[in-house]
Amino acid sequence: MDATVNVVTAANAQHDVARAAIAVDGLVKRYRDVVAVDGITFTVPHGSFTALLGGNGAGKTTTIAMMLGLVLPTAGRITILGQDFATHGKSLLAQMNFQSPYADLPRRLTVRQNLTIYARLYGVKAVKERIAYLARELDLDTLLNRPLGELSAGQRTRAGLAKAFINRPRVVLLDEPTASLDPDTADWVRGFLSRYAQEEHATFLIASHNMLEVERLCDRVLMMKLGRIVDSGSPKELLAKYGRTTLEDVFLDVARHGPLEAAP
Amino acid sequence: MSGSLRRIGAVMLRHWYLIAGSWPRFLDLCYWPMVQMILWGFIQTFLIQQSAFFAQAAGVLLAGVMLWDVLFRGQIGLAISFFEEVYSRNLGHLLATPLTIGEYMAALMSVSLMRTVVGLFPATLFAIWFFGFSLYSLGLALIVFFFSLMAFGWAIGLFVAGLVMRYGLGAESFAWAFIFALAPLSGVYYPISILPVWVQALSATIPASYVFEGMRAVLIDHSVRLDLMAIGAALNVVWLAVGVAGFLIFHRQARERGMLLQVGE
Repeated sequence: MDATVNVVTAANAQHDVARAAIAVDGLVKRYRDVVAVDGITFTVPHGSFTALLGGNGAGKTTTIAMMLGLVLPTAGRITILGQDFATHGKSLLAQMNFQSPYADLPRRLTVRQNLTIYARLYGVKAVKERIAYLARELDLDTLLNRPLGELSAGQRTRAGLAKAFINRPRVVLLDEPTASLDPDTADWVRGFLSRYAQEEHATFLIASHNMLEVERLCDRVLMMKLGRIVDSGSPKELLAKYGRTTLEDVFLDVARHGPLEAAP
Repeated sequence: MSGSLRRIGAVMLRHWYLIAGSWPRFLDLCYWPMVQMILWGFIQTFLIQQSAFFAQAAGVLLAGVMLWDVLFRGQIGLAISFFEEVYSRNLGHLLATPLTIGEYMAALMSVSLMRTVVGLFPATLFAIWFFGFSLYSLGLALIVFFFSLMAFGWAIGLFVAGLVMRYGLGAESFAWAFIFALAPLSGVYYPISILPVWVQALSATIPASYVFEGMRAVLIDHSVRLDLMAIGAALNVVWLAVGVAGFLIFHRQARERGMLLQVGE
């Protein structure tokens, strides 16, 4: 009987992995004595927004870096769009893109030059049209011919977002996408992300400290602490579970007192 | 255009934008080879007046300094192109694209070739006009010498770039340290035979020393030494294999230690 249940559970899990845009299974990253990511398992359905929420050192950036091939996992498996990242990494990266505060674009080059280079690296067909479209969408029209180093932090963030969407990615990984934007521009960028997700049926995994952003954009939240996923659910479910009115309060509860119960 | 060539071209374009968009950078590329060439050109002019040997072997110093610059620019050109990505914290972006690590190495070599040609070509023309010496008088041997020195420069450049990827910008000074340590062993301005015997053994492992011996054979004896070219080429295969392996190993270690998103200024 137990064996039958196990077989069915395993089959369901495999089905989930196949259906998911992102499936992470038992992912571990250990730096000598420090465990940055401690055996996390989760799936992100196609066309959804999922947030990785957690304080500094929770393992969010390391998790995203492993999904980009920039950090080698110590153990575990990452499956993206149904393919194992370890063996199909470069072909998968053609369908993915990211933005991170830990990576900049060359500041001596203009926005247009940067976008042209990345368009070629990703094999974009109609480069000029794509750059023109993103410039319109991200309000970069008047900035295209200016060196990145001459732009404000917010303008550089928008240029970085343009790079993150240059190849019409099916999977987008964003690390603090609106961190340096004023509230108005941040709201406007969130609008762009929502539109893009709907039009392209793209999947987003977002690491963020911005609770408002998470509440507005994300279907599901994975709460991380010390390299582990300690709780998960939709923003509404988490608010109800912790009896709070804002995700910020939920975040503080988890950060200070730990989760109410172990994550499923 | 194949995907690989397009991606290698994109990395080259990134560096071309950087060079072409800044006249001080462009000038800097040409300035040092020119200064070196002028200095050694005058030294050679003086020695020709004082020594029958130099009178008969006109151009041996100028050819030496310009070929040395091929090696120097080839190595530094590759290392600097890599450092540019580290300085600008762009390495993470580049390596999270479909660009493979092999394509990236090929791109760095191509950028180094571009930087070397752009930097040295004006100096070779100036040498013809000002000192009446044409590096191109070496004939077809010049092509072999050029690529032999470039290949050796790439090998060292890849190893140094790998060191920086693994250990951060603290290892940057190795880019200069390695190449200057090789200068006395390569016999740029003198035959290897004048070196102490044990130093000659070290020189024998360096492809550049066969190029400079070959260069003197062309200019002094008017003979093309195919044997020296062949040994140099064989040694380059070994050195390039070491450079590529070093880059790959350091790249893997950098990924294991999470350095690729952290390395930078």
